Amino acid sequence: MGGIPHDHYEPKAAWEKGLAKRLPIVGLMYDTLMIPTPKNLNWMWIWGIVLTFCLALQIITGIVLVMHYTPHVDLAFASVEHIMRNVNGGAMLRYIHMNGASLFFVAVYAHIFRGLYYGSYKAPREITWIIGMLIYLLMMGTAFMGYVLPWGQMSFWGATVITGLFGAIPFVGEALQTWLLGGPAVDNATLNRFFSLHYLLPFVIAGLVILHIWAFHTTGNNNPTGVEVRRTSKEEAEKDTLPFWPYFVIKDLFALAVILVVFFAVVGFMPNYLGHPDNYIEANALATPAHIVPEWYFLPFYAILRAFDGDVWVVIIASTLTGGIIDAKFFGVLAMFGAIAVMALVPWLDTSSVRSGRYRPMFKMWFWVFVVNFVVLTWVGAMPAEGIYPYIALIGSTYWFAYFLVILPLLGVLEKPDAQPATIEEDFAAKMSKGDSGATAPAAQPAE
Amino acid sequence: MFKKLAASVIATFALSTGVFAAGAAGEVKNIDFSFDGPFGQYDQNQLQRGLQVYTEICAACHGLQYVPLRTLGDAGGPGLPEDQVRAYAEFYEVFDPDLDDFRAATPNDHFPGSNLENAPDLSLMAKARAGFHGPYGLGINQFLKGMGGPDYIASLLMGYTGEEKEEAGVILYENKAYPGGWIAMAPPLYGEDVDYADGHANDLAHVSEDVAAFLMWTAEPKMMARKQAGFVGVVFLTILSVLLYLTNKRLWAPVKARYKTK
Repeated sequence: MGGIPHDHYEPKAAWEKGLAKRLPIVGLMYDTLMIPTPKNLNWMWIWGIVLTFCLALQIITGIVLVMHYTPHVDLAFASVEHIMRNVNGGAMLRYIHMNGASLFFVAVYAHIFRGLYYGSYKAPREITWIIGMLIYLLMMGTAFMGYVLPWGQMSFWGATVITGLFGAIPFVGEALQTWLLGGPAVDNATLNRFFSLHYLLPFVIAGLVILHIWAFHTTGNNNPTGVEVRRTSKEEAEKDTLPFWPYFVIKDLFALAVILVVFFAVVGFMPNYLGHPDNYIEANALATPAHIVPEWYFLPFYAILRAFDGDVWVVIIASTLTGGIIDAKFFGVLAMFGAIAVMALVPWLDTSSVRSGRYRPMFKMWFWVFVVNFVVLTWVGAMPAEGIYPYIALIGSTYWFAYFLVILPLLGVLEKPDAQPATIEEDFAAKMSKGDSGATAPAAQPAE
Repeated sequence: MFKKLAASVIATFALSTGVFAAGAAGEVKNIDFSFDGPFGQYDQNQLQRGLQVYTEICAACHGLQYVPLRTLGDAGGPGLPEDQVRAYAEFYEVFDPDLDDFRAATPNDHFPGSNLENAPDLSLMAKARAGFHGPYGLGINQFLKGMGGPDYIASLLMGYTGEEKEEAGVILYENKAYPGGWIAMAPPLYGEDVDYADGHANDLAHVSEDVAAFLMWTAEPKMMARKQAGFVGVVFLTILSVLLYLTNKRLWAPVKARYKTK
């Protein structure tokens, strides 16, 4: 695999040969685990393992929770309290599942920003990137529907607001919304289908994760230099790489253990830190909460959604040009989905021939502004849409689109990149001679 | 120029968040509960006193529909002996669909729900209210202080100013802790409302804190087990991290040494 020359599995014993002829599963596992991996990967390359762990954790805890949960509007809230009070270990199980979703998103944002900084999306890894974006979209859908299941106030009103977005689509919107909800409003039919899909989608994600791994095992990993592994001979390739097992498995497991220390501190000592107190009040269609706030990982996109109100000139122009078909609400919806769409299209928007941000002086600056902007959007998404906040959200949203649609295409032309090392080995040797074994490159922080 | 711009932006943020914080929520003061912080534990005596306050006063209107009566005997809670739990349960009447009639409750039943339509169920109240959001709205200080739910309940019980007003036929009472400042619930506690068997102080502050602590337990009955599990998890994962760090270091040492000597 990988086009990188390396040793392959050779069945030795008679039974191995027999098995390999009939089902080459040992060879598949061997090649997957022993894949040549660039020596110089830094600590931002550990998030893949963390994400795989999160998916497994959520599926396992989720399957056990389902054994005690009842998806019915009259019983759902009480059944969650039943889990919290009567099920052995139920409180821990539920808190792990609840906070596991947050860990999942911390990791996925770090993973995405890693990809954006080191140009992991560039040829030949566009398909890996696109599959990754699909996984991210499905994660958001799964998390959103999971948040509805406890049937608290934020569950109900969050579901009402988000499904209302589909109602903003011209002509078919209302019919589509009714079809999604299974009725005119969020009710038992909605809860049931969300429960069904919340159980299904993680397995779709698991399938896409296999494709994601298959894709980058075919192209080989990117690395902090963005320079490809030498492939002319096995000897040269081995100077640039080490097998995934044991070198990177142990390294990644160490990072995972450190992250889990923090995770268990949150679960044990402040499990409701990232939740909203209103979700401990049972859903009530007659009482709207003062501020409807989504979970923290949706806040940047929630900010973008709300940024475009009827007073913004692009919205006015769009509305006038389309004869009112694109109103402020639909514009907001388009902007929110557009924000993810432009990110998915980044392999074709970034025109620079240099892959890694490490050797792109101008890109670096704009990238860090993008990261700060992401944090600001998260913060402003939690604030009420009044006073100065809509303006901040509008500036942040504009930068988001400008980064992908203007800055990245232009930088490829305007920027004079720094010299890159000739080989991965050269970069690794330089790092070692400095006596620094840790991450030397600036690492994107997980956005919280 | 840039400095001025930055300063004005920061000032605007500070002002706007300050206004928001002052406008929406009431005054909630931080109370040093025994269960605050990562090692905090429930005070069993306080939970029993709080149960008494709840039973004699709150239960007249409010309910605890999610709380099974048997859990009053659980470790890490009020810890009543079994016969006391049974005797306490008989104090309540519950509707039994099998008998199609009311009967005395047993430890396997839940506390009854609210008697008054307007009185919210209190099972989860301590988690459904957040008194603290700081610093800077990040909420990190709840690691040490808790979310401020029980602090909110105690502040509310102590927050009545004595002012009343009538609005659309409803009498509202001014309360410093209540968002908006006017609450429909008449002051339930005045101090010396209950007599504790152990002679513990029963002034307004003590009674309010006791019942707030009890309601924290009804909202989070597994808190002590959870904190212990969290502690064990953190300790074992820290040890695992150290072992994996050393393994990783040893594993990579020969690879790195090859380049260090060059």
